[in-house]
Amino acid sequence: MEFLIITVIKLALIAFVLLTALAYLQWVERKVIAHVQVRMGPYRVGPHGLLQPLADVVKLITKEGVMPADVNRFFYLLAPFLAVMMALISISVIPFGGTIEVFGYRTNLELADLNVGLLFILAVSSMGVYGVALAGWSSNNKYSLLGGLRSSAQMISYELPMSLAIASPLLMAGSLSLREIVNSQAGFQLGFIPKWAVFSGPFPQIFAFIIFMIAAFAETNRIPFDLPEAENELVAGFHVEYSSMTFAAFFMAEYANMVTVCSVATILFLGGWHPLFPMPYSNFVAPLILAAAGALCFWHGMNPARPMDKYTLPVFGVVFLGLAGLMMFPPLVPALMPVFWFLAKTGFLLFVFIWIRATLPRFRYDQLMRFAWKFLFPAALLNLLVTGFLVALFA
Amino acid sequence: MDIFFFILFATIAVVCGISVILQKHPISSALSLVGVMGSIAVLYLALGAEFIAMAQIIVYAGAVMVLFIFVIMLLNAGAEQAAGRSWMAQLLGIPALLAMFGVVAYFIQSYFGNAGFMKFGNFKGGSAQSVGMALFTDYLLPFEVTSVLILVAILGAIVLARKELD
Amino acid sequence: MPEGLQQGAQQILANGVPISWYLILSAVLFTLGVAGFLFRRSIITVFMCIELMLNAVNLSFVAFSNMHRQVGGHIFTFFVMVVAAAEAAVGLAIILTVFKNRGTLNIDEVSSLKN
Repeated sequence: MEFLIITVIKLALIAFVLLTALAYLQWVERKVIAHVQVRMGPYRVGPHGLLQPLADVVKLITKEGVMPADVNRFFYLLAPFLAVMMALISISVIPFGGTIEVFGYRTNLELADLNVGLLFILAVSSMGVYGVALAGWSSNNKYSLLGGLRSSAQMISYELPMSLAIASPLLMAGSLSLREIVNSQAGFQLGFIPKWAVFSGPFPQIFAFIIFMIAAFAETNRIPFDLPEAENELVAGFHVEYSSMTFAAFFMAEYANMVTVCSVATILFLGGWHPLFPMPYSNFVAPLILAAAGALCFWHGMNPARPMDKYTLPVFGVVFLGLAGLMMFPPLVPALMPVFWFLAKTGFLLFVFIWIRATLPRFRYDQLMRFAWKFLFPAALLNLLVTGFLVALFA
Repeated sequence: MDIFFFILFATIAVVCGISVILQKHPISSALSLVGVMGSIAVLYLALGAEFIAMAQIIVYAGAVMVLFIFVIMLLNAGAEQAAGRSWMAQLLGIPALLAMFGVVAYFIQSYFGNAGFMKFGNFKGGSAQSVGMALFTDYLLPFEVTSVLILVAILGAIVLARKELD
Repeated sequence: MPEGLQQGAQQILANGVPISWYLILSAVLFTLGVAGFLFRRSIITVFMCIELMLNAVNLSFVAFSNMHRQVGGHIFTFFVMVVAAAEAAVGLAIILTVFKNRGTLNIDEVSSLKN
């Protein structure tokens, strides 16, 4: 009974944080892409555009939902539902931090610790292909059918190198449970190099990390692999006939998939919630970064570039300094630090996703498929062979 | 608790199975079959076969059925027209099937009626480690033969589905 | 409630689900697969009913593996899945070829070898 109540509380917390994070991930993306392109991004709706996601949600909810004629209604409405469901289910096995103790109840910071957790994530991402394929087919539109078929073919082609790239750190960790995989990356070698999978073991998994990230870009239909939903090639591809809330559902599913693959990359390759350098010193990284952010906000508030900055930036500065103080509060440090490191690494990978979106052009479809089958799949296979050989020799 | 899950997912499996054979459009049949596979995967989890349950979803529901749906979409298969069947087939079909099912159920109940009970958690040998151990020690030869089988299937599919070079 | 039924219900609530129920479910699904295989006309639906039959057999393998507390049933299920995947690939390629040559997916119309 107590297990049930704790799980429901964790579920509510994770759902709330995740949905807010998805909305603000979109804000972050627009701001980063804007600053890469030397412009400002959303600025007017709320201070520095922070209320822009709210405005977008209101717009999407109140827009007219146009259902085209002659569509197969059941599949047309089922497709976004499937896409969002699969994207959100895969978050349920991801561990965010160590074990915490609140009011005497010990609990792990995740919703479910399956002992085949990694296979579960692969299974759910395999099922995510259905949302895209059904959306493309049921829209009764040749562009969306083409986009849907291309996107499904791309997703299942890149699932293979992704699975092989996942299998390599698995050989080194020895378990399919995500929490066990992170626990096997604890500790430091030579005193200061963390034992993450990219740095340690008989064969550092740097190639597997790169292959996984490339396959992750293709699985989530992000640039440079986003031909199936390109605005200028396919008139937005498989979700062209969807408007208002159903379009928002696909959007949300794409961002949720991004968060999932970045979290899985963090857990498998970057050591999950383990810090970058040994323990007593690494506890100061979070307060230092937040204090630096606060100081930067104050400084820019003193010399405002734009008139409203005189009022909004000091408020942000106070918020950052408050968070820095929270991170130094001793009873909370063992609970908050792992979560901070996990979110920092995942956030960095998400920033790389957004950075690449702002920078690279997109692949043509045949280049994309040729790259998957003729280069990435043999490379992942070779990596797995070398890892297996070295693990068998040395472990 | 076990009984509740079994009844729920067995009902879903049977309803989706009936839907597979009764739906007019092939895509509806395909999605109903995905539903059957999903509920069978949950039953595998209840029987302690966690690796096989995940393999079922990854391979069967996530790849084989996607292939089916691809082919249906590519061929633009429409809804089946109901054509006339001979009255004898319609008269004898369903009762014959029910009779066959009755005979099989009777034999199952008489041979395996006391076979024992299944409780969730009483079989812990279905993990990836035990399946992997068995695959690579006792069943190594069939495992290697299946890899040759997959190679043959890939070659066959490529040869059959390619464009003719003139 | 008759005495035997009440006793059976209590036994089930205490001990779990009888294995024979899993086997009967497998028989039901297999029968449905046979029905679809014999009665449907579209070749793709016939193929899907073959997959349904294979799934039913997999379920009974896993149930027996649980009953005997051995992992051999899982191994056999694994092999059945591999064979089904290979068969689906080749079978769908054949269906594509037949469609290209005959233009129809109705198995009643692909009968030029009949007298």
